[in-house]
Amino acid sequence: MSMMITVNGEPRTVEENASLADLVSALGQPPQALATAINGDFVPRTAREGTRLREGDAVFTFQPIQGG
Amino acid sequence: MGLRIGEIDLASRFFIGSAGYPSPHVLQEAIAASGTQVVTVSLKRQLAAGGVPGDFYAMVRASGARLLPNTAGCRTAREAVTLAHMAREMFDTPWIKLEVIGDDYTLQPDPFETVEAARTLAKDGFEVFPYCTDDLVTCQRLLDAGCRILMPWGAPIGSGQGLLNPSALRTLRARLPDALLVVDAGIGSPQHAVQAMELGYDAVLVNSAVSQSHDPVKMARAFRLAVESGRLAYEAGIMAKQQMAVPSTPVTGQPFVL
Repeated sequence: MSMMITVNGEPRTVEENASLADLVSALGQPPQALATAINGDFVPRTAREGTRLREGDAVFTFQPIQGG
Repeated sequence: MGLRIGEIDLASRFFIGSAGYPSPHVLQEAIAASGTQVVTVSLKRQLAAGGVPGDFYAMVRASGARLLPNTAGCRTAREAVTLAHMAREMFDTPWIKLEVIGDDYTLQPDPFETVEAARTLAKDGFEVFPYCTDDLVTCQRLLDAGCRILMPWGAPIGSGQGLLNPSALRTLRARLPDALLVVDAGIGSPQHAVQAMELGYDAVLVNSAVSQSHDPVKMARAFRLAVESGRLAYEAGIMAKQQMAVPSTPVTGQPFVL
């Protein structure tokens, strides 16, 4: 079974019971290269493994940029 | 001459923004020329899965400066709180420049959302640097919410107009003697930095005025000198203005009495 979620606004299919850590890994990025939120709430790096994705979740990943 | 933020001692009172430089190399050189120990950074949502961060972050980290992440782009307290937590994890610092914008045209901060976010973040252990207007009561509410630092604007972000309301900034300094006050936004030239420091502000944060200069490295040095100059003048005490001329040379009457 698979589920539909969005990642940074783009639809994406993930396996049922996939964790946020699984998703970050599938994005091809080292865990420390980005920060994560689900449905507007911060999910710490240490909690990604234990955070199961659910149908319809809106996942956001953020990376460092220049800022003023 | 130095500045203390919590347990952190800073020799430089010049904070620099890292956006809009012609290249990461120029940014690196400008940071070195500025003598700064505080560089602002940000987070952005990744647009494409698989994108990798540029070399910018490693470079800024290697500069040795403390990082001050911002919450640019946020419109609500909830957004800003979430982004602040992400920034704390990513940049490994409790410092956060809290920006919650209330108007797209002026980029004026929303005082209500900013105070709400500041209260939450202060409770969560952040050292909150709120970007705010020069409104005294809003600033007081931010201090009540747990902030020790305030970052009032001089003028709208990126406008380079300097200190549009020096009187209001002077009032803040007079009424909030224990707060760390940093002019953030609107500074366009080193003279504006001198003016802010002469008013007794503890530091200035400059980005566009350096990054948009034809020679950002030279301009970074110009601001460094300006900030030092203004601070020294403030500490030394600026003479009171007089309505009429007051002779400075101690002559005795006329030199030649014929």
